[in-house]
Amino acid sequence: MGGWDQWAVTLAVFLPAVGAIFIALSRPSEEDRLARGMAIAFTGAALAIGIAMLFGFDYGTRQMQFQVVTRWIPAVHAGYHVGVDGISLPLFELSLLLSFLCAIYSWRVIPNPGKARGFLALMLLLETGMAGTFVALDLVLFFVFWETVLIPMYFMIGIWGSGNRQYAAIKFFLYTLLGSVFMLLGFIAMYFAATPHTFDILALQRMAATNPFARDIQLLIFAGVFLGFAVKVPMWPFHTWLPDAHTEAPTVGSVLLAGILLKMGGYGFIRIALPILPDAARTWAPWIGILATIAIVYAALACLAQRDLKRLIAFSSVGHMGFVMLGIATLSPIGINAALFGMIAHGLITGMLFFEIGSIYDRYHTRQIAELGGGMLLKVPYLAFVFAFTAIASMGLPGLAGFWGEVLSLFSAYQPAVQNVALFRTLMVFGGIGTVLTAGYILWTIQRVAMGTLPEARQHESILDVSRTEWLAWVPLLAGVVILGLIPGLVTHTANEAIGALVRVFVR
Amino acid sequence: MSVPFDLHAVLPEIILAATLLVVLFVDLFLPVERKWWAMPISFAGAVAAFIASLTLIGSHRSLFGGSYVVDNYAVLFKVLFEITAMVVLLLCFRFLREGHYYQGEFYFLLLCSFLGCMTMASARDLLMLFISLELVSAPGFVLAGMRKGDPRSNEAALKFFLISVLSTAIMLYGMSLIYGLTGTTRLSGIAVKLAGPVGSTNLALAAILFVVAGFAFKVSAFPFQFWAPDTYEGAPVPVAAFLSVASKAAGFVGLLQLMFHAFLPAAHFWAPIFAILSLFTMFMGNLVALQQRQVVRMMAYSSIAQAGYMLLPFALAGYSLSVDKAAFSSVVLYIMIYAVTNLGAFAVIVGMSRDAPTLLIGDFAGLGQRAPAIAIAMATCLVSLAGIPPTAGFWGKFFIFTAAIDRGGVGGWLAAAMVINSVISLVYYLGIVRSMWLEPIAEPVRPIRIPAGAALVAGIATVGVLVIGIYPQLFAHFPPLTAVLGR
Repeated sequence: MGGWDQWAVTLAVFLPAVGAIFIALSRPSEEDRLARGMAIAFTGAALAIGIAMLFGFDYGTRQMQFQVVTRWIPAVHAGYHVGVDGISLPLFELSLLLSFLCAIYSWRVIPNPGKARGFLALMLLLETGMAGTFVALDLVLFFVFWETVLIPMYFMIGIWGSGNRQYAAIKFFLYTLLGSVFMLLGFIAMYFAATPHTFDILALQRMAATNPFARDIQLLIFAGVFLGFAVKVPMWPFHTWLPDAHTEAPTVGSVLLAGILLKMGGYGFIRIALPILPDAARTWAPWIGILATIAIVYAALACLAQRDLKRLIAFSSVGHMGFVMLGIATLSPIGINAALFGMIAHGLITGMLFFEIGSIYDRYHTRQIAELGGGMLLKVPYLAFVFAFTAIASMGLPGLAGFWGEVLSLFSAYQPAVQNVALFRTLMVFGGIGTVLTAGYILWTIQRVAMGTLPEARQHESILDVSRTEWLAWVPLLAGVVILGLIPGLVTHTANEAIGALVRVFVR
Repeated sequence: MSVPFDLHAVLPEIILAATLLVVLFVDLFLPVERKWWAMPISFAGAVAAFIASLTLIGSHRSLFGGSYVVDNYAVLFKVLFEITAMVVLLLCFRFLREGHYYQGEFYFLLLCSFLGCMTMASARDLLMLFISLELVSAPGFVLAGMRKGDPRSNEAALKFFLISVLSTAIMLYGMSLIYGLTGTTRLSGIAVKLAGPVGSTNLALAAILFVVAGFAFKVSAFPFQFWAPDTYEGAPVPVAAFLSVASKAAGFVGLLQLMFHAFLPAAHFWAPIFAILSLFTMFMGNLVALQQRQVVRMMAYSSIAQAGYMLLPFALAGYSLSVDKAAFSSVVLYIMIYAVTNLGAFAVIVGMSRDAPTLLIGDFAGLGQRAPAIAIAMATCLVSLAGIPPTAGFWGKFFIFTAAIDRGGVGGWLAAAMVINSVISLVYYLGIVRSMWLEPIAEPVRPIRIPAGAALVAGIATVGVLVIGIYPQLFAHFPPLTAVLGR
């Protein structure tokens, strides 16, 4: 298994990039079937490697697995260090899965103005950046992967987006860049604060456990990396890029943005900010908790006011990520488990919702709830049912994946690993109010879109129901939502050991 | 030394000098339709000088009593300048033939300037620095004014000339004061003297300031920057490429030796001045670049901002030996990466100038469909100038950040300022990218043919930018070889 262990992660991460080059160089043709086929083949191969890794993975240990450590830039002691543990494995798999499904979806649907080769090449490049971020164990490498997603996403929104795409694209780029460059300064400061100087995440974690950085330095560095991660999550009040980017992005772009890009921020907190800067994390935790709770309530209220279906789902992401951040802020094993689970569930559910909205828009040519006019269950029963099902999962119905992330997060706020117990219990109450509001806007949306009678104008329109390609892309997600809802242990057991090791720095 | 005069050490310079004389001479006898022969001759000379420089790698030769040194630092930059010369020559070729220029004189002047760049890399003496600096600048005045019929070109030359003369006068005054105070023009000798009581006299500090002013002009740093936009815009586009890469790099090559070698003992005095220079230069360059509609003007302001980044490490000097080394190396690396990237971008601009002589940002509209490969090259170079991974430009910035944070204190704040600046710069770099891809264009799409030389340069630069971006060690191992710092 030696060769396999060494190569699995690297192959899965870089196969899509290789595919991107092939697709970009392929001969242009009318439909670009070859390019679309290659996109499916390369993302599929990456996913196959990812699935094979699931079987080779040792679930009973907190150790990093499939590790590779080689020299990369000796001039700054930055290495090519990758590997997966129970925390990164689910996110890594999620990014491979969603990319593959997006490739399948793109077999039929390439948004205006076409140019499938460019679109698919960027999508595959994006996959390399996303998957790489979750396996990088060196801060410099992490940063390079982290930033690699910006350019493809900028073009995706800017070229293939809807109405206000140029504004949304540049806003997305500038916001996230501004956050992440401060994060980079934080990383460099970590390097110099450590003795011996290192960018290796595992080495820095070990250092934090035995002899952590001075508190002042931790607070300063935390501020830098917090900006990077918080913009990406996005936490309130850094979220303003999100509604624009998600709304204007093409379907596949929104799916990947909501499904994976946001998780990079949450993952950054779990992997880097908390374990390497434990004292700062403890100091900042209440504030993060407060911001997270504001996000939950604010997003729910904002959703109630939306008229555009896609924008509504975009805002709901802010709320769901609020639950994730609340879980992280408790610094407890349950909280972080809740955060991880919440991220996976949100990736499946919101990814699915954006797929559906894309399909609805393709058929109805509008995303305005009022113009859709209800009665979708009568016209396109499968599509409407799938939409309602996913929306209810998003609401957090027990038995579906959305439930566990939220409930565990609220549960962890009852018994946080930080001192401000009273504060967190208050936050729990507000979070609970948030869930009620969430149920309100979701049910109201389903009522307005799927139920009711068909408007006169739509009576005689012929609208196709879910196509075969769409079923192919969606069934795995729908199945995932049900399975994770019934057996949450699939994620929590995988991550348990690693999270236990991670939070040990907080119980001193 | 056993040999009375080490000819091998100055072989590249001799080759280049011989070439430029041949060019001037041959030009006299060429009929008008064959004047372009000057270019292949010049190119051959640059290649020969390049090969000659490669034979000097790893040597340490000292001529004229130490005022002219050929070490790794010198060879690294000579190679850089020779490659730049080849690139600029390639870009000039078609441009000059189609533009009815005096080709023989043009290539002669261009090679003169490059000769100055090369001697600058070896100069370790105030006089040598001064001569090199003038040798770089003086032909530049004429080059900038080469488009005689165009009043903007005249303005370009005149502004360039006047400001250059002013700053040179100030610099020369400073140099003479330093000679008066220390009794030597040798950089190493000056360093020794300045470490003593002389170094803390007000006169010495004023003299240093005067010398810095001369170089600040050369690298287009605030407040000596305002010739750059007018000169770049008015000059023939390949000359703008030359000014923004070779001429600027030459300024930094000299400045590095001067500050990190001769004036290092007084670093506590001048480092804060550089901090201010750097801040003003980068903010001014970036904020004004936001307003530009003409691409060459925008690139001029961009190159001012880039100079601001390169000045930052100077502000870190004098703290500790390791920080000095890191700062010195980061400037060297930044110059190399900047040269590759900027030449790539200018190659595209030169290529575009035939189709759209006005070179407005709007002229780039639809380039993504008219010439996708060229548009990708341009986008890659622009993203690299902004410093986004995985392009080379990111590593240039990364090493400056590293040095700044290692310095601590003010370094951290300077790094934060630079970070904000790179985000600002992204706005105008992406402005061109947006024009190339995001703006709708009129159907039918007119394909555009880019001259082969420009396309070749753009292609090589783009591949370079990406390869260095993914494997920065390729370039990053050079600067430490050069950071001798004279200790």
